[in-house]
Amino acid sequence: MAATLRHTTVDQVGVEERVSRFTKRSIKNAAKEQGLRLTLSMIDLTTLEGKDTDGKVRQMCYKAAHLHDQLSGLPTVAAVCVYPNHVATAVNALKGTGIKVASVATAFPSGNSSREIKLSDTKIAVEAGADEVDMVISRGRFLQGDHDFVFDEIAAIKEACGKARLKVILETGELCTLDNVRQASFIAMDAGADFIKTSTGKISPAATMPVTLVMLEAIRDFYYETGKMVGMKPAGGISKSKLALHYLVMVNETLGDAWLTNEWFRFGASSLANDVLMQLAKMKDGRYQGLEYFSKD
Amino acid sequence: MKEKPQLAFGTAWNYSPAPESASNVSIQKEYGLYINGKWVKAEGGKTFASENPATGEHIALFAEASDKDVYKAVKAARKAYTDVWSKLPAKERAKYIFRIARLIQERAREFAICESMDGGKPIRESRDIDVPLAANHFFYYAGWADKLEYAFPGKKVQSLGVAGQIIPWNFPLLMAAWKIAPALACGNTVVLKSAETTPLTAIKLAELIHDAGLPAGVVNIVTGAGATGAALVNHPDVDKIAFTGSTNVGKIIQKAVAGTNKKVTLELGGKAANIIFDDAPIDQAIEGIINGIFFNQGHVCCAGSRLFVQESVYDVVIQKLKDRMATLRVGDPLDKNTDIGAINSKEQLATIEKYLKLGVEEGAAIYQPECVLPKKGNWCRPTLFLEASQSHRIVQEEIFGPVLAVQTFRTIDEVIEKANNTPFGLSAGVWTDKGSRIFNLTTKLRAGVVWANTYNKFDPTSPFGGYKESGFGREGGIHGLGAYVKLI
Repeated sequence: MAATLRHTTVDQVGVEERVSRFTKRSIKNAAKEQGLRLTLSMIDLTTLEGKDTDGKVRQMCYKAAHLHDQLSGLPTVAAVCVYPNHVATAVNALKGTGIKVASVATAFPSGNSSREIKLSDTKIAVEAGADEVDMVISRGRFLQGDHDFVFDEIAAIKEACGKARLKVILETGELCTLDNVRQASFIAMDAGADFIKTSTGKISPAATMPVTLVMLEAIRDFYYETGKMVGMKPAGGISKSKLALHYLVMVNETLGDAWLTNEWFRFGASSLANDVLMQLAKMKDGRYQGLEYFSKD
Repeated sequence: MKEKPQLAFGTAWNYSPAPESASNVSIQKEYGLYINGKWVKAEGGKTFASENPATGEHIALFAEASDKDVYKAVKAARKAYTDVWSKLPAKERAKYIFRIARLIQERAREFAICESMDGGKPIRESRDIDVPLAANHFFYYAGWADKLEYAFPGKKVQSLGVAGQIIPWNFPLLMAAWKIAPALACGNTVVLKSAETTPLTAIKLAELIHDAGLPAGVVNIVTGAGATGAALVNHPDVDKIAFTGSTNVGKIIQKAVAGTNKKVTLELGGKAANIIFDDAPIDQAIEGIINGIFFNQGHVCCAGSRLFVQESVYDVVIQKLKDRMATLRVGDPLDKNTDIGAINSKEQLATIEKYLKLGVEEGAAIYQPECVLPKKGNWCRPTLFLEASQSHRIVQEEIFGPVLAVQTFRTIDEVIEKANNTPFGLSAGVWTDKGSRIFNLTTKLRAGVVWANTYNKFDPTSPFGGYKESGFGREGGIHGLGAYVKLI
C-alpha cells in the first residue's frame, strides 16, 4: 500500500478545481470569528530583510505578543521568524510570552552553499536559542534528479537542529510541477522534517492554494502510511483574511481536526495579522476602522 | 497489523449556517399555462401543488394541463411557426435567443434560488452550474441560428415545425434550455412540458421568454404529469418529440411514435462505470468519484454509479473516499456550504430506500458517514456499497440517488467487459496517467460520453447522449442541431 500512495501522480486541473471548491465555502459569524482568531494564532510573524536591525526585531516581537491591545482576549502569534544573527535579540524580547523563535538557516534564501556552512548556520541559530529552524532545500540538486543529496542534506540539518523543530522550505515556485512538489514533500518528510513549507517569500510565486493542497495531501498520505504527523506552512503572498480562511478550510477538509492548531499549521506572513485584526475589530464594532488604527511593526 | 491511522473531521471548526436569502424572490400563489403568449388556466381548472423537498412546505399551485390544453398549445405553436417564426430571417431568430440568454444571466440569482427551493439541489450547484450553463446553451445556439448551412456543408437545411419537448425533474431549467435553445435556433416552435415535481423554473422561464418579447406561440410551456406528456407525444400535429427521462417512459414514447412521421430523440437512464487505474492521480480521482455520484444527490442520468477500482489501489481509494465523505455536508439546499441537498420527492426517496435495503439483502457492505440530517424533508446519506458484484441488482439498475456500488478489477480487459456489461450506455469515466490507455478505453467503452480524468463536465459545444437503453440522438454541439432540422 505504501509504495502506491507515494507514487501517485498529481493532476493539475483537478487540483485547481478542488481548490476552487474550498474558496466557495461561506464562512460567517461564529465560524468566521473562530477562524480569524485561529489564523492569528498560526502566524509566524516574519522579517527577513537585509536591512533588519535588532531594533526592528524588538519592535516586531512586542507586536507579536500584543497584536492589538484594544481588543481583549486575542491570542499571540505562534512565532517570529528572523535571520540567525537576530535570534538572540528575539529570544530576549519574547521571554515569558510563549511565542517561539524561528530562524531561517542553510544559506537562506538560495541554499547555495557548502554542507559545512549550512550546518554551522543551523548550529548558530539553535545555540542562540531558536526553537524552530526554517531551512531551504537544494532545488538545483532536486531538479537534477539527485534526490539522495537532498535527502541527506535535510537529514544532516535535522540532526544539527537537536530539539528545535525543523521546517523544510521546498521553494515550490522553483519546482516547476505539482508532481515535483509532491516528490519533494516526501523527501523532506522521510528525512525528518517536522514541517514542510512552501516558500522563502523571495521567489514569485510564493505560496499558492494548489501547491499547498498538494503538500497537505502528501502530509496526509505520509500520515496514513506512518502514523506520524507533519506540519504545514504556506509562506509568502497571504496577506488577506479571506484568503487565510480559504487556507484554513482547505486544512479542515483535507487533514481535519488535528491539524487545526499552530502546532501543525502556520502562516508565514508579515502583513496578514493587521488585516485579520481589522476584520475582528469590524465584527466587534460593526464597522471598519482605518488602517492607521493598527500598529505596523 | 497495527491499527491504521485515522483522520478526524468536523469537530474543531464548524461552519456557521450561510443561507442564501429567498426573501426577494417573488413566487405567485398560483401559475397558469403559458400558451400563445398568454397565461391561461387549465380547462376544467385542475391544479397540482409543488412542495419544497427540503422542508415539505407548499411552494405554489400549478395548472394541470389536459388534452385540450395541449391541443391549444400545439395549435398556437403551429400557427406561430407558419405565420411568423419560419418566415423570420435567421439572424432575427438569433436576436431573440440571445435576449433569453442575457435575461437568464440578469435573473440568475432568482433562478438559482427557485431551482434549489423547488428541486432540493444545493444552491452552490444551481448558482454555479445549472443557471450559467442554461444561459450558455442559449448563447451557443443563438450563434448557430444564421449559420446552419455551415453546420451541414453541402446540404440544404429546413426546420421541422412544432417540437414537443418533455423534461425531467433533475435539472429543470437546464433541460428546458437544452431543449428550447436548439429548437428555436433551427427555426422550430415549441411546446414544452416540465416535470410534475419541479414546474417552478420552467414557468419562470416562460415569464422570462415573455419578457424577451418572443412572438406569441413560439414557445408554449405547459405543466402537468404523465397524462399531459402523453397528450403531447400522441398529438398528430407535432413533428418532433424530444424526451429526457426514465427508460420506461422512453420505451412507451418510442412505441407511441412508431409508424408516425415524428422525429424522436430520447435521453434516458444510465449506470455509468467510473474506472480508477492504479496509476491515476488518486486524490483528484477521489474528487471525480464524489462529483460523479453525489452531484445533485445522484439524480443525474450520467452519474458515475458503478465504481471500478484496480485491486492494487483499492484500500487507498476506499480509505480516502471515506475520509472525503466525512467532509460532505448534507442539508439545507439554500445554505451555500451544502454539498448534498434534499432528495427530489418522497417517491424518489422511497425508491432509493428500496435499493438500500436490497443492497444489504444482496450481501454488499453498506457504508454511510455519520452526518446529521434535518428532521423534516427528504434526505438520504451518501452511501457506498462495497463488495458489490455484477449480479447485484444495485449494480444493474439505475438508482438515481447518492448510492455508489464499488467493485474491483485486475486487468484492463476485465474492466472493459464489466463496464459494458449493462443495458445502459450513457457515460463513463476513466482515471489514469497514461494517455494511450485513455484512447484505448474511449474506443471500447460503449457509452455516449467518456470523461478522462474528470467527470460530469458539461458544455454547450459538446454533444451528449447515449447508446442502448440510454436512448439515442445527441443534444449539445453541432450534433444537437441535427435533431431539429431536415437535411435535403
